[in-house]
Amino acid sequence: MPQPKQETSQLTVWLVAVRDHRDRDAFSQLFDHLAPRLKGFVMRSGTGAAQAEEIVQDVMLTVWRKASMFDPHRAQASAWIYQIARNRHIDIVRKENRPIPDELTHEPAVEPDASHILAFDQEASQLKSAIEQLQPDQKEIIEKAYLGDLTHKEISDQTGLPLGTVKSRIRLGLSRLRKELKGLR
Amino acid sequence: MSAITHHIPDSMIAAYASGNLPQPFAMVVASHISVCTECRAALGAHQTVGGALIEQSDEIAISADMKNNMMALLDEPVTPKPVYDAKGVYPGPVMQALKGKPPRWKSLGMGVKQSILAQEGSGSVRLLYIPAGQAVPDHSHNGLELTLVLQGSFSDETGRFARGDVEIGDTDLEHTPIADAGDPCICLAATDAPLRFNALIPRLLQPLFRI
Repeated sequence: MPQPKQETSQLTVWLVAVRDHRDRDAFSQLFDHLAPRLKGFVMRSGTGAAQAEEIVQDVMLTVWRKASMFDPHRAQASAWIYQIARNRHIDIVRKENRPIPDELTHEPAVEPDASHILAFDQEASQLKSAIEQLQPDQKEIIEKAYLGDLTHKEISDQTGLPLGTVKSRIRLGLSRLRKELKGLR
Repeated sequence: MSAITHHIPDSMIAAYASGNLPQPFAMVVASHISVCTECRAALGAHQTVGGALIEQSDEIAISADMKNNMMALLDEPVTPKPVYDAKGVYPGPVMQALKGKPPRWKSLGMGVKQSILAQEGSGSVRLLYIPAGQAVPDHSHNGLELTLVLQGSFSDETGRFARGDVEIGDTDLEHTPIADAGDPCICLAATDAPLRFNALIPRLLQPLFRI
């Protein structure tokens, strides 16, 4: 019987290696995988190639420097990088200093819980396939929203955004996150 | 913090995650998330969608030197930007706006005080200090107003708001918030337009108080 893929995502593995061992090889692989996609993502919102590279470099350096803050129990690797990318993009383009929520204080002796991280990764990959299956016009709206091209009013006017299965995936992820965060305060 | 009953709407959390919320509102949202597990989880869920979109993005080749340049920068010493931790009732994002110092209150009369944190074209954000039993002058709104309670509580026509709760006012809301008995009520209030006062403070005085 074919087993579903039971692996922690490669991004998480690389990021944890960078966090725990300052592993340059892992960082280099992370860069090779992520930087071209990040550049593609940043350029979707109309940013020119040169500035997009400036942002990508800044994001990757921030990933290296802030890796100690990455906690795979609480954030999916690409989700963590998404927020850094948006923050750096805004800081660079708008010269604004974005207000960032206080970090939750870590419980001192939390053992990594592989099954939790795995479940979290699996939910994220299901979310990914839900997005892949969207109609092109629906996907475009989602992209616009998460690239910062829609105001909160426009997002709330898009009834059903994020649409259908994506929304139910978000809800599933939400209940897991909620449970995880409750244990932390 | 389990008592929070008034949260940030999902569309605003999505706009915050994507960075498309005007700075004054972003400060309120970041402050609320600092004390609200529910909305922190919602932010995480939106970030997961954003992350999925990055992973699915078309790859665009990085120029040849960029990676080498960056790898060479890894060991460069950096002066980190100062991080302002929460202090007393003020969450980190407020402490950042205050640059780590206590608020500088200006009296608005009747014991009500304000401390303007930022004022710009896209709106303004301020701290309000309202003694127990005192009303914030009756006002209606030209635009959107977010009010986050940091200490004490207030009640108005729409309900009771305590620490961590956010009231969302728009052009339809005419209300008279009154601070409840107990500690003075301290709020973080952000608007994208000047407030219109209906009573107490004549409109002519508005530019003076910049409220």
